[in-house]
Amino acid sequence: MREEIITSGRMNDKIDPFLNIWHWEIPLYLFLGGLAAGILFFAAFYSIRGKEKEFPSAIEKAPLIVPALLIIGLISLFLDLNHKLYFWRLYTTIRLESPMSWGAWVLMIITPLSFIWAAIHLKKVYPNFKWPFPWLDIVEEFFIKYKKVLAWSMLVSALILGMYTGILLSAFNARPLWNTSILGPLFLVSGLSTGAATNILFAKTHLEKKTFSTIDLALIGIELFLIVHLFMGLLASTQVQIEAANLFLGGPYTAVFWVLVVLIGMIIPAVIEILELWKFKIPLLIPAIMVLFGGVLLRFIITFAGQTSRWLY
Amino acid sequence: MANRRQFLKYSALGIGGMTIGLGACKYIDDFTEIKNNPGALNVNLTRTPTYCEICFWQCAGWVYKTKDGQIWKIVGNDDDQHSNGRFCPRGTGGVGMYNDEDRLKTPLIRTGERGEFKFREASWDEALDLVAENMKKIAAEHGPECIALLTHGSGGKFFGETLKAFGSDNIAAPSYAQCRGPREVAFTNTFGEGVGSPERIDIRDTKCLVLIGSHLGENMHNGQVQEMSAAIDKGASIITVDPRFSVAAGKSKFWLPIKPATDLALLLSWIHVIIYEDWYDKEYVEKYTYGFEFLKEHVKTMTPEWAYGKTTIQPDIIRKTAKEMVNAAPSVIIHPGRHVTWYGDDTQRMRAVAILNAILGSWGRRGGYYNPSKISVPNYPHPEYPTPTKTWRDAFPGKYNLVDETLASGICDATIPSIDRACNFKMWLVNGTNLINTLPDNAKTLRAIENLDFIAVVDTMPMEIVSYADVVLPECTYLERYDTLRVSPHRKPSIALRMPAVEPKYNTKPAWWMAKQLAEKLGIGHYIPYNTIEEMLDWQLKEAGTSLEEMQKVGVKNYERDWDDLFFTENEDVEFFTNTGKIELYSTAFAQEGFDPMPNYTEHPQPPEGFYRLNYGRAPMHTFSRTANNPNLTDLMSENVLWVNPKVASLWGLKEAQPVWLINQDGIVSTFPIKVRVTERIRWDSVYMVHGFGHNQKQLTRAYGKGASDTQLISHVMEDPIMGGTGMRGNFVSFLTEKPEEAVL
Amino acid sequence: MRYAMAIDTKKCVGCSDCVVACQTENNVPIGYCRDWIVEVNDGTYPQLEMEIRSERCNHCDNSPCVRCCPTGASHIVEGGIVLVTANECIGCGACISSCPYDARYPHPDGHVDKCTFCFHRVGKGQQPACVEVCPTNCMYFGDLDDPKSEVSEILKIRKYKTLIPQAGTEPQVYYLI
Ligand SMILES: Nc1nc2c(c(=O)[nH]1)N[C@H]1C(S)=C(S)[C@@H](COP(=O)(O)OP(=O)(O)OC[C@H]3O[C@@H](n4cnc5c(=O)[nH]c(N)nc54)[C@H](O)[C@@H]3O)O[C@H]1N2
Ligand SMILES: Nc1nc2c(c(=O)[nH]1)N[C@H]1C(S)=C(S)[C@@H](COP(=O)(O)OP(=O)(O)OC[C@H]3O[C@@H](n4cnc5c(=O)[nH]c(N)nc54)[C@H](O)[C@@H]3O)O[C@H]1N2
Ligand code: SF4
Ligand code: SF4
Ligand code: SF4
Ligand code: SF4
Ligand code: SF4
Ligand SMILES: [Mo]
Repeated sequence: MREEIITSGRMNDKIDPFLNIWHWEIPLYLFLGGLAAGILFFAAFYSIRGKEKEFPSAIEKAPLIVPALLIIGLISLFLDLNHKLYFWRLYTTIRLESPMSWGAWVLMIITPLSFIWAAIHLKKVYPNFKWPFPWLDIVEEFFIKYKKVLAWSMLVSALILGMYTGILLSAFNARPLWNTSILGPLFLVSGLSTGAATNILFAKTHLEKKTFSTIDLALIGIELFLIVHLFMGLLASTQVQIEAANLFLGGPYTAVFWVLVVLIGMIIPAVIEILELWKFKIPLLIPAIMVLFGGVLLRFIITFAGQTSRWLY
Repeated sequence: MANRRQFLKYSALGIGGMTIGLGACKYIDDFTEIKNNPGALNVNLTRTPTYCEICFWQCAGWVYKTKDGQIWKIVGNDDDQHSNGRFCPRGTGGVGMYNDEDRLKTPLIRTGERGEFKFREASWDEALDLVAENMKKIAAEHGPECIALLTHGSGGKFFGETLKAFGSDNIAAPSYAQCRGPREVAFTNTFGEGVGSPERIDIRDTKCLVLIGSHLGENMHNGQVQEMSAAIDKGASIITVDPRFSVAAGKSKFWLPIKPATDLALLLSWIHVIIYEDWYDKEYVEKYTYGFEFLKEHVKTMTPEWAYGKTTIQPDIIRKTAKEMVNAAPSVIIHPGRHVTWYGDDTQRMRAVAILNAILGSWGRRGGYYNPSKISVPNYPHPEYPTPTKTWRDAFPGKYNLVDETLASGICDATIPSIDRACNFKMWLVNGTNLINTLPDNAKTLRAIENLDFIAVVDTMPMEIVSYADVVLPECTYLERYDTLRVSPHRKPSIALRMPAVEPKYNTKPAWWMAKQLAEKLGIGHYIPYNTIEEMLDWQLKEAGTSLEEMQKVGVKNYERDWDDLFFTENEDVEFFTNTGKIELYSTAFAQEGFDPMPNYTEHPQPPEGFYRLNYGRAPMHTFSRTANNPNLTDLMSENVLWVNPKVASLWGLKEAQPVWLINQDGIVSTFPIKVRVTERIRWDSVYMVHGFGHNQKQLTRAYGKGASDTQLISHVMEDPIMGGTGMRGNFVSFLTEKPEEAVL
Repeated sequence: MRYAMAIDTKKCVGCSDCVVACQTENNVPIGYCRDWIVEVNDGTYPQLEMEIRSERCNHCDNSPCVRCCPTGASHIVEGGIVLVTANECIGCGACISSCPYDARYPHPDGHVDKCTFCFHRVGKGQQPACVEVCPTNCMYFGDLDDPKSEVSEILKIRKYKTLIPQAGTEPQVYYLI
C-alpha cells in the first residue's frame, strides 16, 4: 500500500485536503463577465452592421442590464478578496502576465462603456425618459455622434472580456483540469451563448428570436465540440490530466456536469431550438433560461472541480 | 446519496447564480480592519538563559523576547552539549506552555469529591497552611515516613529537601519503575555503573548503532537524534529491531521486524553467533570480564535457528547483522533503550544488551560507551536531615534489593492497605507527574488515591491528577522561574542555568518558593537557610568557580575534564564496581538474589483471536501527556491515531479516519474513540498509538477527548521480579465500531 | 546570487521542528504553517520504504505565482527569493491557485503568506530559522552561484530530485535522495 500523508503543518482547510480558496464569488464573476461580454458583443456587432431596426432588443434593451451585471460581477470579485482594503492596488500597476490584472483593467474599460451604451439607449427604450440635468443631454449627444467608435471599442473589449473569463483559469498550470488552452474559447463561446439566450428573452420580434436562437444553436454546437476536445486533450495527456478528466468521467462531478451542464444547459435547449426552427410552437423562453442555467453551472463546476485536481508528487 | 446531494447543491447554485445575474444585488461586507504582517522584524532583543522542561533531556537554550516584553522564541544554546544549539520541536514550541490559557492560575482547595475537579480558589497562605497542617497530623499519627513525594521534574529537588527535613525519604519518580529502571539495574550489575541520563553513548562516532525498540526520531531525546544523524552522515550502519516500521527503521541498513515480546531470543542468538563464530573481542573479554565460560555454555543451544522460531527473524539475517556489529566493534552500540519496562523480564533483556556490548568490547571505547563526567556542586549548607525510621522498602520485605531508586508504582502499592503492612502511605505530594496517565493499571492508582488521607498536587496544568488533589499548588512554568542548576554528566562536565524570562503569570509560584514556605509552616525553615534562590544559586555557582552574574550571561558553562578518561586507554587496568571488580557476564549479584545470573528467554503470551497487541510510543512533537494541550504543539498534532495494518482494517471493514473505541482483554473500553490510520507500518498482530492523549479533563480545552489513552487500556502489568518495573506491553485490544453503551464504561 | 535549499531525506526524521521554529520565528499564527512534513510509505509489511520530506515554497525560478499576481505583491528579490508584500496583496487567491505545491496560504489578516527563505535572516548572513533548528542537521542553505557554498557542495556529491519538475516551475528546494 502506498501512503502519502502530510504529517504536520498545513492543516489549513483552504488548501487541504484540496484547494478551497475560491467559492461562489469567482465563478459568479466569471459567469457575469461572460454574459455581459456576450450581450455587449451582439449589441456592438449589430450596431456596427447598422441593424438598429432589425435588432432593437439586442442593441438597445438587453445592454441596459449589463452595467448591473458588471457591477454585481465586480462586487463578487471584491467579496472574494481577502484583503479588501487594498483593492485599489489592482489599478496601480499593469501586469501583462496576470490574467487577474487584465480582467481588472478590461472591466475598468468595459464597465464605463456599458454605462454609456445603456445611457444613450435609455430614451429609445423608455421614450418618456428625461435626463435630470440638461448638460447630460449634451454628453449623450456627443456619444451618439461617436457611436461607431463606441461600438468598435465595445466589440473588442467584449471579446477580450469573454476570452479572459476562460484564460483566468487556464493560466493555472498548477491545476491540471484548468490548464488547457480550450478553456478560453469554451468560456468565450459559452459567454456568447448566454448572451444570445438573454437576447432571446428580450426579443420582441420573430426575426430577432429566430436569429438568436439560430446563433445560440451554432454556439452550442461549438461548445459541444470544444467539450469533446477538452476531454480528448486531457485523456491523451499525462496521468494527472487523465485524473482531472476522470473527475467528469466517473468521478464526483460526472452527474452534475453531464446532466446539468451538457444535457440541460446545452443539448435540451438545442433540441428545443431545432424544433422551434422546424416550426413547432415552443416558447423560446425555456431553452434560453436553460442555457443561462447551464452557463452559470459550467463556471461553478469547472472552478470547483479544478480546485480538486492537482499534480502528483 | 452523495451524488444526489451534489446534484441539488449545484442546481441551487445554478438557479441562485442566475437570479443574482439577472437582478439581485448583495449587501457588501464591511471592510475589515487590516494590519500589516508584523513579520519578524524584532530588533534590540533581550535574551535570558534557560534549560528546557518539556522533557528530561534538559537542553539549555535562550529565551528571546520582543521589544514589548513578550516571549518571541526559544532557541538552543550553542555551547550546550545536550542541544548543540538546536532544540527539538517540543522545546521550540515550549512557549505554548507559558501562553496556554488553560493553565492553573491560583491555589485551589477541594470542595467536591476527589476526581470531580470541584475547587474553590484560595490564597497561598491558606493552601500551604492546609498542606502543613495535614503533614503534621499524619506525622503525629503515623510518622512522617507515611508521606511520599511523587515527582518528575526540576521542582522535585526542593520538595524533596523539605520532605527529608520533615523526616521522610520516600521520593519516587515514574522515570524509574515505569521507564529506565531495568536498564540501570542490568547495567549496574554488569558494568558496575548505570547508563544514566543523558545516555553515555558515543553515537556520533559509532560505526554501528543497534536500536532495540528505541525509536529515535520519534523519541526526540535531542542529543541522541542529532548524533544518530551525524552517524548516518559518516556512514554508520543502523540496525533497528522493532515490530513496527519506525522512523529509525526507515533510516536503517537492516530493519528486523521482530515478533513482539521475543527480543531476548534475538539478543541471545546474537551472543551465540558472536561467541561461537569466535567474533568476540578476546582481549577485552579476557582482561575485563567475569564468567565468559559460563556464558558460552549458557548460550550454546541458542542458535539463530532457535531464535528464528521465536522471533521470525531469518537465521541468515541474524548472522549478517551480528557480523555487521562485529565489523564495527568496538565502535558499536547496542542501544540500552530508555523506556524499557515492556514484558516484566526487562532487566534480563537489558542484561543481554549489556552482555552483547561487553563481548563486543564497546564499553569504554570510542563509538561505544563513554565515561561521563559531572561537576560536583555542593548543596547549600543546611543542618543534617533526620534519619527516617522506615522507608518504602519495608513494605516489600526481601524484595527489590538490587533497586537503587524508589519505585513510584511501589509507593502506589504500599498506599493500598493490606494486613501484612505495618504502615501505609497516608499522604502524597505529587509534583509534575500526571500519575493517572503515567502509572499503568488505573484502577490500582485510583484505589491508592482513595486510601490517602491527603493529597497535594503541584502542577502547571489542570491535568487528571489535579482533579484528585485536596490542595492544588499551581506552579509557574519553567520560563517564569529559577530552578536548581542543571548539573548533568556528559562528555565534558557542565552547568546550565534556568532563570525567569518573564514574571510568573496569574497567581503562580515557583517550586522553590512553595517548598521553602511549606518548610517554614512546618517549623523546619532552618533546613532551608537561604532567603532567595538567587542567594542559594550564587553560593553554589561560586563554589563551582563561576557566579550567578556570569551564568546569567552565558547560560551554560563547560569545564574541562580532570582526567582524559572519556574512553579506556590501551590496555588500561580498570576496576569495575561489581562484586568481582570485572564486567559480569555472569551476574554474581543476581545469583545471590536468586535470579538467573544469565538471561533466559521466556515465552510471553501472544494476542488471542480477534485481539491485537497494544503497542505505544512517542510522537516527536509531544511529551507524554504534558504537551497535549500546548497550543503550539497541538497545532502540529492534535490527537493520536490508531495504526492498523491494511489486512486487519479490511478484515474489520475499518476505513481511514474512522473513529473506533478500543476494548482490552479485561473488558476496559476506551472513554474516547480514536481515529484509524490504515498503514503498512504496523504488523497485523498489533495496533499502535502515541502515548499521552485521550485526556478526560474538560479543563484542558484543546486536549479534552482528543484521541485515546493507552494508559487506560494498560490494566495488565507484567511486573519485573528483579526491580519492580511495570511491564506495559502485554495488553491486547479489540475494536468497537459503535459507541459503547454507558453501562460498559 | 541564487539562494537554494537542499534537504536530506535520508536524515530527516519528520520531527516538525522546522515547522514550529518557522512559526515562532516568523510569527506565523497558530493554525497556519509556512512549511510542513510529508511522509511517503511504499510497500507491504515488512518490505517497506519511507521518505520524509520537509516542504515549503520552492522559490521557483519560473514562478507562476509571481506571474499571475495582478498587483505585483508577489515578487522576486535578490537571490531569487519569492516574497509577498502584505500591503500590496489584495488577497485574490490567484497565486494560491497557481502554486502546484500549495505552498501559500491565506493569512488571517487577509493577505497571502508563505515561506520567505527567512529573507530577514539570510540578508544578515544567518541561516533560515528552520535550517538552524533542525536537530538532524539535514538542511543545507546557501548560494547556488557560489560553487563553494554548502548547498552547492552537497548537490555535487549527492543524488537529488525536485518536486513536480513536470510543472516546469524550476524549484530551488532540492531533496537529497
Ligand atoms: N518526542 C518525545 N520523545 C521522548 C519522550 C516523549 O515523551 N516524547 N519521552 C522520553 C522518555 S522519558 C523516554 S523513556 C523515551 C522512550 O523512548 P524509547 O526508549 O525509544 O521508547 P520505547 O517505548 O522503548 O520504544 C517504543 C518503540 O518500541 C517498539 N516496540 C514495541 N514493542 C516492541 C518489542 O516487543 N520489541 C521491540 N524490539 N520493539 C518494540 C515500538 O514499536 C516503538 O517503536 O523517549 C524519550 N523521548
Ligand atoms: N501508558 C504509558 N505510560 C507511561 C509511558 C508510556 O509510554 N505509556 N511512559 C513512561 C515513561 S518512559 C515515563 S518517563 C513516565 C513520564 O511520566 P510523567 O512525567 O508523569 O508524564 P506526563 O504525563 O508528561 O506528566 C507530567 C506532568 O507534569 C506537569 N508539568 C509540566 N511541567 C511542569 C512544571 O514545570 N512544574 C510542575 N510542577 N508540573 C509540570 C504536567 O502538567 C503533567 O501533569 O511515564 C511512564 N508511563
Ligand atoms: S529534547 Fe526537546 S523537549 Fe527535551 S529538553 Fe531538549 S528541547 Fe526540551
Ligand atoms: S526539523 Fe529537520 S528532521 Fe525535523 S522534520 Fe524538519 S527537516 Fe526533518
Ligand atoms: S513553490 Fe509555489 S509559491 Fe513558491 S515560488 Fe514556486 S509556485 Fe511560487
Ligand atoms: S493573493 Fe495577493 S499575492 Fe496572491 S496573486 Fe493576489 S494579490 Fe498577488
Ligand atoms: S526558510 Fe524561514 S520562512 Fe521558510 S520555512 Fe524555513 S523558517 Fe519558514
Ligand atoms: Mo521515560
